[in-house]
Amino acid sequence: METQAFQKIYTKLNQITKATCTVQATGVGNEELATVAGRLAQVVKIIGDNVTLQIFAGTEGIGTDAEVVFFGKAPTLKVSDELGGRFFNAYGDPIDGGPEIEGEEVEIGGPSVNPVRRKQPSELIATGIAGIDLNNTLVTGQKIPFFADPDQPYNEVMAMVALRAQSDKIILGGMGLSNDDYLLYKNTFENAGVIDRIVSFVNTTENPTVERLLVPNMALTAAEYFALEKHEKVLVLLTDMTLYCDALSIVSNRMDQIPSKDSMPGSLYSDLAKLYEKAVQFPDGGSITIIAVTTLSGGDITHAIPDNTGYITEGQLFLKRDTDIGKVIVDPFRSLSRLKQLVIGKKTREDHPQVMNTAVRLYADAANAKTKLENGFDLSDYDLRVLDFAKEYSDKILAVDVNISTDEMLDRTWELFQKYFNRAEIGIKDEFMNLYWKKG
Amino acid sequence: MTTGIVKGIISNLVQVEVSGPVSQNEICYINLSGEKLMAEVIKVVGNIANTQVFESTRGLKPGDTVEFTNRMLEVKLGPGMLSKNLDGLQGDLNKRKGVFLTRGEYTDPLDEDSLWKFTPIAKVGNIVSAGDWLGSVPESWINHKIMVPFVMEDEYTVKSIVPEGEYKITETIAVLTDKDGKDIEVNMIQKWPVKIPITAYVEKPRPFKLLETGVRTMDTLNPMVEGGTGFIPGPFGAGKTVLQHSISKNAEADMIIMAACGERANEVVELFVEFPELDDPRTGRKLMERTIIVCNTSNMPVAAREASVYTAMTIAEYYRNMGLKVLLLADSTSRWAQALREMSNRMEELPGPDAFPMDLPAIISSFYARAGFVYLKSGATGSITFIGTVSPAGGNLKEPVTESTKKAARCFYALSQARADSKRYPAVDPIDSYSKYLEYPEVIEYLNANVNPHWVKDVNHTKDILLRGKEAQEQINILGDDGVPLSYHDKYWKSELVDRIILQQDGFDKVDQSTPMKRQQYMLELILEICNADFVFESYEEVMPYYTQLINICKQMNYMEFQTPEFNNYEAELHKIVEERRAK
Repeated sequence: METQAFQKIYTKLNQITKATCTVQATGVGNEELATVAGRLAQVVKIIGDNVTLQIFAGTEGIGTDAEVVFFGKAPTLKVSDELGGRFFNAYGDPIDGGPEIEGEEVEIGGPSVNPVRRKQPSELIATGIAGIDLNNTLVTGQKIPFFADPDQPYNEVMAMVALRAQSDKIILGGMGLSNDDYLLYKNTFENAGVIDRIVSFVNTTENPTVERLLVPNMALTAAEYFALEKHEKVLVLLTDMTLYCDALSIVSNRMDQIPSKDSMPGSLYSDLAKLYEKAVQFPDGGSITIIAVTTLSGGDITHAIPDNTGYITEGQLFLKRDTDIGKVIVDPFRSLSRLKQLVIGKKTREDHPQVMNTAVRLYADAANAKTKLENGFDLSDYDLRVLDFAKEYSDKILAVDVNISTDEMLDRTWELFQKYFNRAEIGIKDEFMNLYWKKG
Repeated sequence: MTTGIVKGIISNLVQVEVSGPVSQNEICYINLSGEKLMAEVIKVVGNIANTQVFESTRGLKPGDTVEFTNRMLEVKLGPGMLSKNLDGLQGDLNKRKGVFLTRGEYTDPLDEDSLWKFTPIAKVGNIVSAGDWLGSVPESWINHKIMVPFVMEDEYTVKSIVPEGEYKITETIAVLTDKDGKDIEVNMIQKWPVKIPITAYVEKPRPFKLLETGVRTMDTLNPMVEGGTGFIPGPFGAGKTVLQHSISKNAEADMIIMAACGERANEVVELFVEFPELDDPRTGRKLMERTIIVCNTSNMPVAAREASVYTAMTIAEYYRNMGLKVLLLADSTSRWAQALREMSNRMEELPGPDAFPMDLPAIISSFYARAGFVYLKSGATGSITFIGTVSPAGGNLKEPVTESTKKAARCFYALSQARADSKRYPAVDPIDSYSKYLEYPEVIEYLNANVNPHWVKDVNHTKDILLRGKEAQEQINILGDDGVPLSYHDKYWKSELVDRIILQQDGFDKVDQSTPMKRQQYMLELILEICNADFVFESYEEVMPYYTQLINICKQMNYMEFQTPEFNNYEAELHKIVEERRAK
């Protein structure tokens, strides 16, 4: 960026760490944007004349005489309809060779929505995946992550969800995305012919680590523009939030903050909440729905990152490879959509909640039967039946490659109930049994 | 008035060089190009006051000016708070303009223009002191008492009081004369600093009255009492918020204050949307008419999160002093503790366990101590029942917030991941949870007198059945179905019957979501009758199908209105099946 007349320039750095530097300066505002030797930086701490900046691209080669230029404003993004179909880096600059965006310049990471101006989410987002639509229904205005191990195909599943879900815009925030996965998204969207509905902000593994701190706020600022100004249904994909948190911990570490659990900053909960809470249903139809990925280490959800995330998001989805059928399913036990109660049985068929719970209960019985089998015990007749049920339930309904409507999911589940069980074992309200349990 | 200049900024911790005296917890306003940001002094070193700002500090510069108010963080108390949606600093959220919360905008929790129909209670010549009732105004269905301000510590003589009529809250309604003959004009508004408990009552005895919540696993197994304290720890997804919401919908309290502290905005929206629609089963009015929501959602400024629980507690104390049964629910106290941790961290204090401040246990226990059942000076009683949720990191109950709360609260409703995973809601673990009140002689006496004469014995018996069932299940899992005596299967399935019918409750079914005490007593007796019966089985394979059948019928009963023909039909069927296998 070019230096302009009114900007303040300093050239005396008195401290440099791997991610931050401190300069003597006056009249600088908190969270103000600057460049240090041409690299973008943001003010994170001011003590008297000592201003500490985090340098997004890292401090390699920065000298104590580096030129520091303050912009007098926080990081911004230019928003307009021109964003559609474009790819940007973490600073909001185009990386697809296209022209600069013309539009209104808004600060990223702005204030939060007044809770009384929100509308209760009530519109379901169908994906055709039973592990989601049947067991963990998504709703507009919801925020939900995939908790996935790095070896699971979470990016593929998320791209599939994004394409199948009914939305006006899809905004991708990629943090520490490998170049291969970046191309996966790009190609998937291009092949599906939906590229003008997509806006991408991408920080790949080839880019500096601290830069990715800007990505989610860039993506969400763009989302707010489309949802609020254009009343559009916006789906925001954030992958991978664990890498975002890693960048947070690097910066807090360089600022000598006392780490709390798992070396994460003490403010991790608030930092994550500020992003995820941008998910909102506005009264006039616009909405922001966030689907994120939080990669786990060895499936450990007690680690500070998934743990804090779980307390903020409205549920979580787990992927699991079902070895009986050799396919990936959305794990019916550990996955949860907290907002499903707002739509199931209301926007979907009335028997949905009970059918869902009963199927999961039987699936749990199957897991117990499997444990019995592994421990060398004899299986009862019921055990054998639930095992058969579980296998078919997994294969015909849960597998992510099955793409059917919610009604069909329910019908198929009833069929399986009837195939393997008697009325008492199902234990659903008689009102529904009489309706869907076929006689004879 | 003391003023100051901003010297340092670390996120929402702002260091201010002050010109004169400042006190701990004093409120100041920082001028940021025309906007005034409220902040609280949390530490003073020499002439530098460390303040926590209740707003975003983006753009704040060293050299910006600060004005101190010489007051602590206060709430404004008076008629008009009921049914309001307040933020953590008691601002009225509905009065705020715009879709977004703009910083520096503080709104009045009361309405200065509305008229209230005042009826005097005190008479000219009466001697009164803090908390005494001067008169009352109807606030929705509550008889809102106008009290001698709590800050007036002496005794006063009522010099004059206005006659019955309509007044604004700002109008003088009484003139009180102090010992020195000085007249003090009193209107319907009073202010009180949130961090100091209101103690304008005579006595705080041990609580003894049952507080019905309609949640069976609480009322039957581990009862909460009026003026009691409890907490609900549990990993995410275990149903803390759903449980708290169902308590708030059905609890037998005069008023509910919900402190949504650092939680999800959509959950607060659920309250906003549902409470004005839901009927209060006891009064026939809408739930919102007895509710105040104090909310600081997780994306709202972190310092105001800490304030929000105190704001809610102070409002609760104010209404308690009118002789009301107040139920205060805070979700979640862990977020409050985390707010304390963030500030402690920025001030570079030496950390305690898990980087929480060292005085965390003291802060938590003195907060819980503000609940209780009290006798007021007028002879009336009032109470604050407090139930907080705790969100332990990683679901591990051995963490500082859970441990500190365990020392302070008398009821413990442990939510278990295993129960939640198998959809056994509410996921309150019947074995780990406890209510200390069940050991209070006063409470035992009250329950036996008001529910039935052998109630507490029945409850303890039920707990034994559950424990024995768990032990039997463990043995079955180790030794196999045919490796244990038949009676183990019977014990296990009896505990399953109790679990599925008494403990599990469908929070989303219109009948099952709330069970009055009378029905709870009826069902417990019915289930215990089955549990006390001996059944004849030929082999273990007959046990499960038999009990599944019993459970299915009882479950249908739970879905029916109490003692309707359908309900009675199911019950008759149940008795028939019980007789089929009963040992002669």
